[in-house]
Amino acid sequence: MGWFEIGALEDIPQRGARCVETPQGRIGVFRTADDKVYAVEDHCPHRGGPLSQGIVHGASVTCPLHNWVFSLETGKALGADEGALKTIPVRLVGGRISLALDVALAAAE
Amino acid sequence: MTEKLVIVGNGMAPGRMLEHLFEAAPGRYEVTIFNAEPRVNYDRIMLSPVLSGEKTFEEIVIHGDGWYIANGVTLYKGHKIVAIDRAGKTVTSDKGVTESYDKLVVATGSVPFIIPVPGNDLPGVITYRDLDDVNAMLLAAQSRDKAVVIGGGLLGLEAAAGLKERDMDVTVLHVMPTLMERQLDPAAGYLLQKAVEARGIEVITKADTRAILGDKRVTGVELKDGRVIPASLVVMAVGIRPNAMLAKEAGLEVGRGIVVNPSMQTSDPSVLALGECVEVEARTYGLVAPLYQMARVAAENLAGTPEARFVHSETPTKLKVTGIDLYSVGDFADGDDREEIVLRDASAGIYKRVVLKDDRIIGAVLFGETADGAWLADLQKKQTDISAMRDTLIFGQALQGGTSADPLAAVAALADDAEICGCNGVCKGTIVSAITSKGLTNLDGVRAHTKASASCGNCTPLVEKLMTLTLGDSYNPAAVQPICPCTTLGHDEVRRLIKAKQLKTIPAVMQELEWKTSCGCAKCRPALNYYLVADWPNEYADDYQSRFINERVHANIQKDGTYSIVPRMWGGVTSARELRAIADVVDKFAIPTVKVTGGQRIDMLGIKKEDLPAVWADLGQAGFVSGHAYAKGLRTVKTCVGTDWCRFGTQDSTGLGIRIEKFMWGSWTPAKVKMAVSGCPRNCAEATCKDVGVICVDSGFEIHFAGAAGLDIKGTEVLGLVKTEDEALEVIVALVQMYREQARYLERIYKWAKRIGTDEIRKQVLENTARRQEYFDRFVFSQKFAQIDPWAERVSGKDKHEFRPMAAVPFPQAAE
Repeated sequence: MGWFEIGALEDIPQRGARCVETPQGRIGVFRTADDKVYAVEDHCPHRGGPLSQGIVHGASVTCPLHNWVFSLETGKALGADEGALKTIPVRLVGGRISLALDVALAAAE
Repeated sequence: MTEKLVIVGNGMAPGRMLEHLFEAAPGRYEVTIFNAEPRVNYDRIMLSPVLSGEKTFEEIVIHGDGWYIANGVTLYKGHKIVAIDRAGKTVTSDKGVTESYDKLVVATGSVPFIIPVPGNDLPGVITYRDLDDVNAMLLAAQSRDKAVVIGGGLLGLEAAAGLKERDMDVTVLHVMPTLMERQLDPAAGYLLQKAVEARGIEVITKADTRAILGDKRVTGVELKDGRVIPASLVVMAVGIRPNAMLAKEAGLEVGRGIVVNPSMQTSDPSVLALGECVEVEARTYGLVAPLYQMARVAAENLAGTPEARFVHSETPTKLKVTGIDLYSVGDFADGDDREEIVLRDASAGIYKRVVLKDDRIIGAVLFGETADGAWLADLQKKQTDISAMRDTLIFGQALQGGTSADPLAAVAALADDAEICGCNGVCKGTIVSAITSKGLTNLDGVRAHTKASASCGNCTPLVEKLMTLTLGDSYNPAAVQPICPCTTLGHDEVRRLIKAKQLKTIPAVMQELEWKTSCGCAKCRPALNYYLVADWPNEYADDYQSRFINERVHANIQKDGTYSIVPRMWGGVTSARELRAIADVVDKFAIPTVKVTGGQRIDMLGIKKEDLPAVWADLGQAGFVSGHAYAKGLRTVKTCVGTDWCRFGTQDSTGLGIRIEKFMWGSWTPAKVKMAVSGCPRNCAEATCKDVGVICVDSGFEIHFAGAAGLDIKGTEVLGLVKTEDEALEVIVALVQMYREQARYLERIYKWAKRIGTDEIRKQVLENTARRQEYFDRFVFSQKFAQIDPWAERVSGKDKHEFRPMAAVPFPQAAE
């Protein structure tokens, strides 16, 4: 596991998201209204919707395909739906965002 | 052993009688009905709403075909009984069917009175009794020509209002000095005349008809004072008389009607009669409440309990014309031994008069405000001594006994035997006990079990109040649905408060309206964003983070996360150059699927998000702009080829479609808006299932709206006919702007129209030209900020972040 810098906080709109392509799949990186940053796999467990394209509200996101809502903190589906997203550790230092990726282990070799 | 029961006539009275009979004595009779009309039993009181277009025939059917089958009833439709053989106990129809009976019920109803003047049999002169008459009027109304209604009574005024709704030019002729003089005093008659005239219906009182003019068909009506009123349709609604011919020929005792005793027995013990055709204790009846009472008595008689007796009572009169409230009951003539209490409020158009004799109410007339009608009628019926509340009687029930103006208090205060539903004679106690014993929770349940509010529907508000009283908070018919769990407010309140409090940002709305979440959710934010865009077009900065992905990236997300795009093809017209450009783009970006849409344009599916700006750049070179196929906004205007090519085309439908689309593209709306223009009534552009449609005709443009062909299928409503293309555009734009300003987010035009009412919309965007102009101007203003091609904007770099990943973490060798 290692930290990978992916860009600046400003690269993501408030209440918005961007995606990052990684060897372990596409990851959605979310910025909330109060500038907290979260990262989850960009793949809804329901039908594979790209969550980075959803509407961000509070610390949650609504999937653009069928409106499942997920907590960005825990990755768990909220409401009546059942399912969870894998969350990815995020670090925000000096306005720069880094993700902790498993691929880093391989990269460190 | 079952007995044979034959019924002549299939109106509301025998229909109700059978319901009672099947309940009281199931299986006792084998029933056969002969109906001169070729159809099932329907609610004749509701013919006026059918005429005006508020209801369809299917909605007013009381007993569908299935009911007859389920109850084992043989119904001969379109069979008129021509002879009764009382000695042989048989009846014979005009189609030659003979049926024997043990018991016969005659319910031949009434026939309209035809005034004996020359020309009264010309084609174009019709009466107003049954569905055939309504159909004849609807056919005549298509001309949108002039109509004359002779008779300013209940039926005549309802016919006049219905024909006016159908865009005819209507004149009412009434022989007496004031309208409805038998049910209203002159003051209320005067107010009624004003209200009728305010709807654009001309009223001529003291109008004595001399002749109906015309050669092959009616052309007008001549009055005794020499005036001639031109008309292509004359509706005679001057009254009815009992239809007792058949009974008379059969040798039954007949006076004005078929004479029956209070158990509905005629002079022949095997023959009963009921309904408008009978005369009981020297009275005849034409309103439904006493007829239903007869039905109950006749059913009990047939069931073997002949103790039931018909008792005369005063039936209140109500007019079924939307927007005109009047109520009258009892006797309200002046007299030396009578006193009266009168309340007038000229500006509100309210008039109330209660006539008293010996401190008891003998009659009441209410106009403009009729909520206390049932209460006054109850006091009148019971002959309650009102001396204690005399001072405040006229202000209504809410003011009695110091109770507050709580609308429920009035209903709560009603006695158990107070009549709630006049049509079906259902009293408060019956409804309350049905609600509790049957566990009813909605209006339909109450209608099914008690019949209350199941006929004319005027008492629906009373019934709903009773339900609220009985069920408490668990019944709340008009409960406002909050937009989402973030707020307690509904869409309408939020829209109103945005305007009233001048809220111009999403945070301002959430702060001022006390949102329960910090930044809303995926349900409320897009709604608020739309409301702010629509209400403050020049001030509000569109919040893309509150838009659904499709509107954010101006393409349609597909199930695999790729996108589809649809460029605009104005009016569905394209060219070799455009098609070549599309073909080139498809090749260049290896777009997997190309499909023609239902809206006459071309959809390219399976485009990678990153490619979108480049695809748009190429399409933009060829002159294409976004088709907004993803938007809650104007989608397509479908057209046919009209006068350009079609041998049937009456107008340039293609040209008008393109003009509308060029005028309106880019506008955001509460939900998608799809339009079409057809060049003739053959309607090849399928305009009659669109949100807005135009059917071109020789004389102009018929504007339709509120159609649907998706989750729901619904034909359009006709808004009206305009003469010029300019006017058509203006009306359509005003209609859409009204919808933009009033509808709830995601509410299609047909649902909004159902809520607001077609009439109200027509009034605002068609009839009131000043209002129309205001809507039009606001739309034009808003378009200044909306008509920017979003694809071109993105080609030149807007929202770059949307179209490419933030970063790519490559495979191991490139890490860090």
